[in-house]
Amino acid sequence: MNHDAYPDNYIRGILNSVKSIAMVGASPVNVRPSYFAFKYLAQRGYDMIPVNPGHVGKDLLGKPFVASLRDIGRPVDMIDIFRNSSHIMPVVEEALTLDPLPKVIWMQLGARDDAAAEKAEAAGIKVVMNRCPKIEYGRLSSEISWMGVNSRTLSSKRPPAPTQGMRLSLNRMSVGGGDTAASDRAAKNKSEQS
Amino acid sequence: MSDRLPGFSTLAVHAGAQPDPTTGARATPIYQTTSFVFNDADHAASLFGLQAFGNIYTRIGNPTNAVLEERVAALEGGTAALAVASGHAAQVVVLQQLLQPGDEFIAARKLYGGSINQFTHAFKSFGWNVVWADPDDIASFERAVTPRTKAIFIESIANPAGSITDIEAISTVARKAGVPLIVDNTLASPYLIRPIDHGADIVVHSLTKFLGGHGNSLGGIIVDAGTFDWSTGGKYPMLSEPRPEYHGIRLQETFGNFAFAIACRVLGLRDLGPALSPFNAFMILTGIETLPLRMQKHCDNAKAVAEFLAGHPAVASVSYAGLPSDKYNQLARKYAPKGAGAVFTFSLKGGYDAGVSLVSKLQLFSHLANVGDTRSLVIHPASTTHSQLDDAAKIKSGAGPDVVRLSVGIEDKEDLIADLEQALAG
Ligand SMILES: Cc1ncc(COP(=O)(O)O)c(C=O)c1O
Repeated sequence: MNHDAYPDNYIRGILNSVKSIAMVGASPVNVRPSYFAFKYLAQRGYDMIPVNPGHVGKDLLGKPFVASLRDIGRPVDMIDIFRNSSHIMPVVEEALTLDPLPKVIWMQLGARDDAAAEKAEAAGIKVVMNRCPKIEYGRLSSEISWMGVNSRTLSSKRPPAPTQGMRLSLNRMSVGGGDTAASDRAAKNKSEQS
Repeated sequence: MSDRLPGFSTLAVHAGAQPDPTTGARATPIYQTTSFVFNDADHAASLFGLQAFGNIYTRIGNPTNAVLEERVAALEGGTAALAVASGHAAQVVVLQQLLQPGDEFIAARKLYGGSINQFTHAFKSFGWNVVWADPDDIASFERAVTPRTKAIFIESIANPAGSITDIEAISTVARKAGVPLIVDNTLASPYLIRPIDHGADIVVHSLTKFLGGHGNSLGGIIVDAGTFDWSTGGKYPMLSEPRPEYHGIRLQETFGNFAFAIACRVLGLRDLGPALSPFNAFMILTGIETLPLRMQKHCDNAKAVAEFLAGHPAVASVSYAGLPSDKYNQLARKYAPKGAGAVFTFSLKGGYDAGVSLVSKLQLFSHLANVGDTRSLVIHPASTTHSQLDDAAKIKSGAGPDVVRLSVGIEDKEDLIADLEQALAG
């Protein structure tokens, strides 16, 4: 997988198929991005599991924290890692010991570890790096358009009036990654420099 | 679902708009409302904390305006946009995110006269210091860079003379200096030039001109290219530091490659207040649907009019980058191959008096202070848009006393040429 620019169908396929998501580094502090990504994904119907050893015994929006991936005690479809790039590898290594393996490992906006991605992909796991699943869900559903963001999708269909907690259709016509190619190029140049 | 890239005209009609969920309305409805009802207290808190997508109050965002924002972001190849009340409002909001009092920004000397005034006087009173550079001398931008420089500002096609700026060369200077390049793309519109493809980090427009295109609505917009890394060196605290207004959120960390557009919305528009009326957004959106058709006709007409003027005995010189003999023709071929725009100047052998006489005799061209209307427009910049500059500055910005500016409309070119011919004959 080219990790500089993902085809929309790759992201769409992941968000349409996974049901459970373990979020490593989920924070109970309500101004942290991990908190609002967790809350948004839970509202959109994903089965969310907060993973953070510092908060075991507490819960996040009604879901009990677990200390590590091994403590989840049931299969998970996707692991969403809310940690800096330098803390990714141990999480991926732990994920690779799970049985069954997760189908997807997702690293948050700003996080990228190509060596860890290669390991996961060698085990047949799909990898997304330096993206936010909340932003991608909002983009592909066009819900993020409320904020003036370029969803890079088009649709001539009448969508249902959204209600709270509703799953939204992500199957709009994609404009391809090309339309914000300048931003993708800048991200690639930055990752090559560092 | 294939990932194909629709063409510019398809985006001009469709990007950002879909049938209204509630009514099925196909045209974008005008959501003429100040405020939006929350589902419950938790929803309200999430919206105010920037944690959920949705509408609160039209000074922060509005569904009609949001369609316009996504439309222009798509046409420019940006990640997000923010619509505001005017082109000038866009410039204030952009620089408010980038400069602290005492900071500097470098601006091309060839700019719309109103921008020269805004930068020289209004921004000075905020402690934002403009340093001028000459777009025909790239080294002058390099020389202007200091440790306090926070941005570089240029126009793609410069008002009033329609000169073409070497965006790539100046973007190289900006990159070396570690500051974003802001391009005012008003006179080109994304149909002619997409500055982001040439290295711009932020694009601003006066929507009042070719994008709206019908001379009926003021508006402005800011497009985030998503290319600039705001986190380095603490130079841009509005984006990189925890924001006390939002319980310590860091915008770049939270919003990634569209953080600048969000900063403009939640720190600029929210607090400074220059919101665009949803009615104006609707008018401008309707205009944008025909942008490709109009812009091509504007350019074709402008070229024909410029050629006519260049051959007229009363005309001393024509400054139109679309003419092969023009100083900027090389740059026009590179940056604007479909046409060199429709705003340009020419000078009359009879000087100031001949200019005044021409303007008074024209029957189709309207004498007014705007550009980018369907109608053809004429003005004498030295006595109007550029009147606050001294003579030397007038000449430097292409608005000497003998200069007349045209904004060529989409009428039949034969009629425009006939009108100029009769007015010049006097
Ligand atoms: C190139 C350019 N930029 C900015 C502006 C300012 O736009 P507004 O009048 O919408 O504030 C104008 C207006 O003439 C312009 O021509």
